[in-house]
Amino acid sequence: MEIIHKNLVFPNKKFKNDHDALSFLALEVENAGYARSTYKDAVLAREKIFPTGLPTGKINVAIPHADSEHVITSTLAVMTLKEPVDFHNMGEPKSTLPVSIVIMMAIAEPKGQLSMLQKIMGIVQDSQHLKQLMKYTTAEELFADLNQIFQEVHI
Amino acid sequence: MKKILVACGSGIATSTVARNKLEEELKKRGFGSDKVSFSQTSIPQLRSQANDYDLIVTTAKYTEDVGTPVINGLAFLTGINMDNTVDQVISALHLQ
Repeated sequence: MEIIHKNLVFPNKKFKNDHDALSFLALEVENAGYARSTYKDAVLAREKIFPTGLPTGKINVAIPHADSEHVITSTLAVMTLKEPVDFHNMGEPKSTLPVSIVIMMAIAEPKGQLSMLQKIMGIVQDSQHLKQLMKYTTAEELFADLNQIFQEVHI
Repeated sequence: MKKILVACGSGIATSTVARNKLEEELKKRGFGSDKVSFSQTSIPQLRSQANDYDLIVTTAKYTEDVGTPVINGLAFLTGINMDNTVDQVISALHLQ
């Protein structure tokens, strides 16, 4: 089973806050059949207690997720934001940082997602690649790039 | 044998990454599985398990005093200042 899907990548999206951004992406994951109808609320609730904004440099990334009980089949959903949206900082929850890329993880099987997680962190730590991802304006381009990275990851 | 407990919000995602990276970095510096062992947990379960470990590494902020030293491991996700965090781990565990 593939981990990245053309209908779950969204370039150049615009939202007024993190709540709206998370709600949109989590609902897409639910509607595509990868998560239960509790997933969106679980992601939002988790983000409040354990925020997922990562201070990665010029282009910050958020990696929202929820417990696996809300997930049916593991998948990623990725979007780039036209204007950065403030997310709370994982390491410093009281402060916020402007996030430009959201990589939402739906993990059905708590053990054994290491290779997927490592690929995500590889992207997060590669400022050149983050810059490249921000340039895509179509889902096809964004999907093609991410698919290169994740194609050998099967779950 | 020094025991390290790695924790994140759910005990699934970011603690897996941090644990793997720390394990790799310690191995590079000569501290392999004969010297350090790893376990993972979630932040809500941290307090009840803390006593069994020499060091706790969390990816989320954690400021409670649980009697065991706690180091923030966000660097293992972002890659920023990671060497510095590995130094902190080595000195907290008195590894040599």
